[in-house]
Amino acid sequence: MKITDIIKALNLKVISGQNGLTNEIKGGYVSDLLSDVMGNAKEGEVWITLQTHQNIIAIASLKDLSAIIIVKGSVPEADTIAKSNTENIPVLSTDQDTFSIAGRLFELLKKE
Amino acid sequence: MQFRHKIAGGDFAKAGNVASSVKKVLQQLNIDHVISKRTVIALYEGEVNVVAHAYSGIIEIEIDEEKIKIIITDKGPGIADIDQAMVEGFSTATPQVREMGFGAGMGLSNMKKNSDFMKISSIVEEGTVVELINYLKPDARQESK
Repeated sequence: MKITDIIKALNLKVISGQNGLTNEIKGGYVSDLLSDVMGNAKEGEVWITLQTHQNIIAIASLKDLSAIIIVKGSVPEADTIAKSNTENIPVLSTDQDTFSIAGRLFELLKKE
Repeated sequence: MQFRHKIAGGDFAKAGNVASSVKKVLQQLNIDHVISKRTVIALYEGEVNVVAHAYSGIIEIEIDEEKIKIIITDKGPGIADIDQAMVEGFSTATPQVREMGFGAGMGLSNMKKNSDFMKISSIVEEGTVVELINYLKPDARQESK
Protein backbone atom coordinates (compact mmCIF):
# COMPACT_ATOMS: atom_id res chain seq x y z
CA MET A 1 0.00 0.00 0.00
CA LYS A 2 1.20 3.49 -0.82
CA ILE A 3 0.74 6.79 1.00
CA THR A 4 -1.65 7.93 -1.73
CA ASP A 5 -3.90 4.94 -0.90
CA ILE A 6 -4.22 5.80 2.79
CA ILE A 7 -4.79 9.49 2.03
CA LYS A 8 -7.87 8.47 0.08
CA ALA A 9 -9.10 5.76 2.43
CA LEU A 10 -8.59 7.75 5.66
CA ASN A 11 -9.46 11.14 4.18
CA LEU A 12 -6.11 12.71 5.15
CA LYS A 13 -5.01 16.19 4.19
CA VAL A 14 -1.60 16.50 2.53
CA ILE A 15 0.32 19.33 4.17
CA SER A 16 3.75 18.88 2.64
CA GLY A 17 6.32 16.44 1.28
CA GLN A 18 4.39 15.74 -1.96
CA ASN A 19 7.41 14.04 -3.53
CA GLY A 20 7.18 11.23 -0.98
CA LEU A 21 3.54 10.33 -1.65
CA THR A 22 4.45 7.19 -3.57
CA ASN A 23 6.37 5.84 -0.54
CA GLU A 24 5.43 2.27 0.30
CA ILE A 25 3.89 1.65 3.75
CA LYS A 26 5.13 -1.29 5.77
CA GLY A 27 3.25 -0.63 9.00
CA GLY A 28 2.48 2.04 11.55
CA TYR A 29 3.89 3.41 14.79
CA VAL A 30 2.23 5.58 17.41
CA SER A 31 4.21 7.68 19.88
CA ASP A 32 4.80 11.25 20.98
CA LEU A 33 8.16 10.47 22.59
CA LEU A 34 10.92 11.07 20.07
CA SER A 35 13.39 8.62 21.59
CA ASP A 36 10.73 5.92 21.53
CA VAL A 37 10.26 6.43 17.81
CA MET A 38 14.02 6.64 17.30
CA GLY A 39 14.57 3.38 19.15
CA ASN A 40 11.57 1.34 18.05
CA ALA A 41 9.89 2.50 14.83
CA LYS A 42 10.83 0.55 11.72
CA GLU A 43 11.65 1.53 8.17
CA GLY A 44 8.59 2.21 6.03
CA GLU A 45 6.19 2.75 8.92
CA VAL A 46 3.72 5.62 9.09
CA TRP A 47 4.20 7.61 12.29
CA ILE A 48 1.11 8.98 14.04
CA THR A 49 1.84 11.80 16.51
CA LEU A 50 0.65 15.08 17.99
CA GLN A 51 4.13 16.64 17.78
CA THR A 52 4.40 19.31 15.11
CA HIS A 53 7.93 20.78 15.41
CA GLN A 54 10.67 20.22 12.84
CA ASN A 55 12.53 17.52 14.79
CA ILE A 56 9.85 15.02 13.75
CA ILE A 57 11.10 15.31 10.17
CA ALA A 58 14.70 14.64 11.21
CA ILE A 59 13.55 11.50 13.02
CA ALA A 60 11.34 10.30 10.17
CA SER A 61 14.17 10.86 7.71
CA LEU A 62 16.82 9.15 9.87
CA LYS A 63 14.50 6.17 10.40
CA ASP A 64 13.30 6.05 6.76
CA LEU A 65 9.66 6.30 7.85
CA SER A 66 7.13 6.56 5.01
CA ALA A 67 5.06 9.49 6.34
CA ILE A 68 3.88 11.36 9.44
CA ILE A 69 0.22 11.78 10.35
CA ILE A 70 -0.45 14.72 12.66
CA VAL A 71 -3.60 14.26 14.72
CA LYS A 72 -6.45 16.45 15.99
CA GLY A 73 -6.14 18.99 13.21
CA SER A 74 -2.89 20.49 14.51
CA VAL A 75 -0.96 22.61 12.06
CA PRO A 76 2.80 22.02 11.81
CA GLU A 77 5.27 24.89 12.07
CA ALA A 78 6.59 26.51 8.88
CA ASP A 79 10.07 25.03 9.36
CA THR A 80 8.53 21.55 9.73
CA ILE A 81 6.81 22.01 6.38
CA ALA A 82 9.99 23.30 4.73
CA LYS A 83 12.06 20.41 6.05
CA SER A 84 9.40 17.88 5.05
CA ASN A 85 9.63 19.14 1.46
CA THR A 86 13.44 18.93 1.45
CA GLU A 87 13.50 15.45 2.93
CA ASN A 88 10.51 14.19 0.91
CA ILE A 89 8.74 12.97 4.03
CA PRO A 90 4.99 13.54 3.59
CA VAL A 91 3.26 15.30 6.49
CA LEU A 92 -0.43 14.41 6.56
CA SER A 93 -3.13 15.73 8.82
CA THR A 94 -6.36 14.42 10.27
CA ASP A 95 -9.00 15.95 12.53
CA GLN A 96 -9.32 12.64 14.35
CA ASP A 97 -7.48 11.73 17.53
CA THR A 98 -4.65 9.20 17.71
CA PHE A 99 -6.81 6.30 18.89
CA SER A 100 -9.29 6.62 16.03
CA ILE A 101 -6.86 7.18 13.19
CA ALA A 102 -4.49 4.45 14.42
CA GLY A 103 -7.43 2.03 14.58
CA ARG A 104 -8.51 2.84 11.04
CA LEU A 105 -4.95 2.59 9.68
CA PHE A 106 -4.49 -0.73 11.48
CA GLU A 107 -7.68 -2.12 9.89
CA LEU A 108 -6.59 -0.89 6.48
CA LEU A 109 -3.10 -2.41 6.68
CA LYS A 110 -4.48 -5.68 8.11
CA LYS A 111 -6.38 -6.30 4.88
CA GLU A 112 -3.14 -6.40 2.84
CA MET B 1 38.02 8.56 7.50
CA GLN B 2 37.43 11.24 10.10
CA PHE B 3 34.74 13.84 10.65
CA ARG B 4 34.36 16.53 13.26
CA HIS B 5 31.22 18.51 13.99
CA LYS B 6 30.50 21.30 16.44
CA ILE B 7 27.20 21.30 18.29
CA ALA B 8 25.58 24.30 19.96
CA GLY B 9 23.66 23.66 23.16
CA GLY B 10 19.98 24.54 22.87
CA ASP B 11 19.93 24.59 19.07
CA PHE B 12 17.08 22.14 18.51
CA ALA B 13 16.60 23.29 14.92
CA LYS B 14 19.87 21.58 13.99
CA ALA B 15 19.48 18.52 16.24
CA GLY B 16 19.99 15.45 14.07
CA ASN B 17 22.11 17.15 11.39
CA VAL B 18 25.26 15.26 12.38
CA ALA B 19 23.40 11.94 12.48
CA SER B 20 21.93 12.74 9.09
CA SER B 21 25.31 13.51 7.50
CA VAL B 22 26.86 10.36 9.01
CA LYS B 23 23.93 8.29 7.73
CA LYS B 24 24.70 9.50 4.19
CA VAL B 25 28.40 8.63 4.58
CA LEU B 26 27.57 5.13 5.88
CA GLN B 27 25.23 4.59 2.92
CA GLN B 28 27.94 5.70 0.48
CA LEU B 29 30.40 3.32 2.12
CA ASN B 30 27.87 0.50 1.76
CA ILE B 31 28.01 -0.26 5.47
CA ASP B 32 25.71 -3.10 6.56
CA HIS B 33 22.13 -1.80 6.92
CA VAL B 34 21.67 -3.03 10.51
CA ILE B 35 25.01 -1.60 11.70
CA SER B 36 24.28 1.67 9.94
CA LYS B 37 20.82 1.97 11.54
CA ARG B 38 22.20 1.20 15.01
CA THR B 39 24.93 3.78 14.61
CA VAL B 40 22.51 6.47 13.44
CA ILE B 41 20.19 5.87 16.42
CA ALA B 42 23.05 5.99 18.96
CA LEU B 43 24.57 9.06 17.35
CA TYR B 44 21.25 10.92 17.13
CA GLU B 45 20.60 10.37 20.84
CA GLY B 46 24.11 11.54 21.71
CA GLU B 47 23.68 14.60 19.56
CA VAL B 48 20.32 15.45 21.13
CA ASN B 49 21.81 15.03 24.61
CA VAL B 50 24.36 17.75 23.84
CA VAL B 51 21.64 20.04 22.46
CA ALA B 52 19.29 19.39 25.39
CA HIS B 53 21.76 19.44 28.28
CA ALA B 54 25.15 20.97 27.38
CA TYR B 55 26.40 24.43 26.38
CA SER B 56 28.44 23.20 23.45
CA GLY B 57 29.93 20.00 22.15
CA ILE B 58 32.11 18.34 19.57
CA ILE B 59 31.33 15.07 17.83
CA GLU B 60 34.22 13.19 16.29
CA ILE B 61 33.54 10.24 14.02
CA GLU B 62 36.21 7.86 12.88
CA ILE B 63 35.49 5.11 10.40
CA ASP B 64 38.04 2.45 9.50
CA GLU B 65 37.81 -1.09 8.14
CA GLU B 66 36.99 -2.54 11.55
CA LYS B 67 34.73 -0.09 13.27
CA ILE B 68 32.83 3.15 13.56
CA LYS B 69 34.04 5.11 16.58
CA ILE B 70 32.16 8.15 17.85
CA ILE B 71 33.42 10.48 20.57
CA ILE B 72 31.03 13.12 21.88
CA THR B 73 32.68 15.68 24.12
CA ASP B 74 30.62 18.44 25.69
CA LYS B 75 31.01 21.40 27.98
CA GLY B 76 28.07 21.34 30.31
CA PRO B 77 26.63 20.44 33.69
CA GLY B 78 28.01 16.90 33.56
CA ILE B 79 26.26 13.84 34.95
CA ALA B 80 26.38 13.46 38.73
CA ASP B 81 25.29 9.83 38.84
CA ILE B 82 25.88 7.93 35.61
CA ASP B 83 24.17 4.72 36.83
CA GLN B 84 21.05 6.69 37.64
CA ALA B 85 21.20 8.48 34.27
CA MET B 86 21.33 5.08 32.55
CA VAL B 87 18.01 4.03 34.11
CA GLU B 88 15.29 4.18 31.48
CA GLY B 89 12.81 6.94 32.35
CA PHE B 90 15.24 9.01 34.41
CA SER B 91 15.77 12.47 32.93
CA THR B 92 16.86 15.93 34.03
CA ALA B 93 15.37 17.59 30.93
CA THR B 94 13.40 20.81 31.37
CA PRO B 95 9.59 20.85 30.99
CA GLN B 96 9.95 22.72 27.65
CA VAL B 97 12.24 20.02 26.29
CA ARG B 98 9.86 17.30 27.49
CA GLU B 99 6.90 18.99 25.83
CA MET B 100 8.67 18.58 22.51
CA GLY B 101 8.78 14.85 23.15
CA PHE B 102 12.42 14.81 24.16
CA GLY B 103 13.60 14.07 27.68
CA ALA B 104 11.80 10.76 28.08
CA GLY B 105 14.86 9.29 29.74
CA MET B 106 15.41 6.85 26.90
CA GLY B 107 18.39 8.45 25.17
CA LEU B 108 21.25 6.79 27.02
CA SER B 109 19.59 3.38 26.99
CA ASN B 110 18.95 3.76 23.25
CA MET B 111 22.65 4.52 22.87
CA LYS B 112 23.61 1.49 24.95
CA LYS B 113 21.27 -0.82 23.02
CA ASN B 114 22.52 0.39 19.67
CA SER B 115 26.26 0.29 20.24
CA ASP B 116 28.74 -2.55 20.76
CA PHE B 117 30.73 -0.49 23.23
CA MET B 118 29.77 2.59 25.23
CA LYS B 119 31.74 4.46 27.83
CA ILE B 120 30.64 7.61 29.65
CA SER B 121 32.94 9.76 31.72
CA SER B 122 31.75 12.97 33.28
CA ILE B 123 32.83 15.73 35.60
CA VAL B 124 30.04 17.73 37.22
CA GLU B 125 29.97 21.38 36.09
CA GLU B 126 32.61 20.68 33.45
CA GLY B 127 31.22 18.25 30.95
CA THR B 128 30.76 14.75 29.63
CA VAL B 129 32.57 12.47 27.19
CA VAL B 130 30.71 9.60 25.56
CA GLU B 131 32.59 7.07 23.49
CA LEU B 132 30.65 4.72 21.22
CA ILE B 133 31.95 1.93 19.02
CA ASN B 134 30.14 -0.20 16.49
CA TYR B 135 32.16 -2.96 14.87
CA LEU B 136 31.81 -3.67 11.18
CA LYS B 137 32.78 -7.32 11.42
CA PRO B 138 30.84 -9.78 13.60
CA ASP B 139 34.08 -11.37 14.99
CA ALA B 140 35.37 -8.07 16.34
CA ARG B 141 32.08 -7.54 18.16
CA GLN B 142 32.43 -10.92 19.88
CA GLU B 143 35.98 -10.18 20.99
CA SER B 144 35.01 -6.87 22.56
CA LYS B 145 32.52 -8.56 24.89
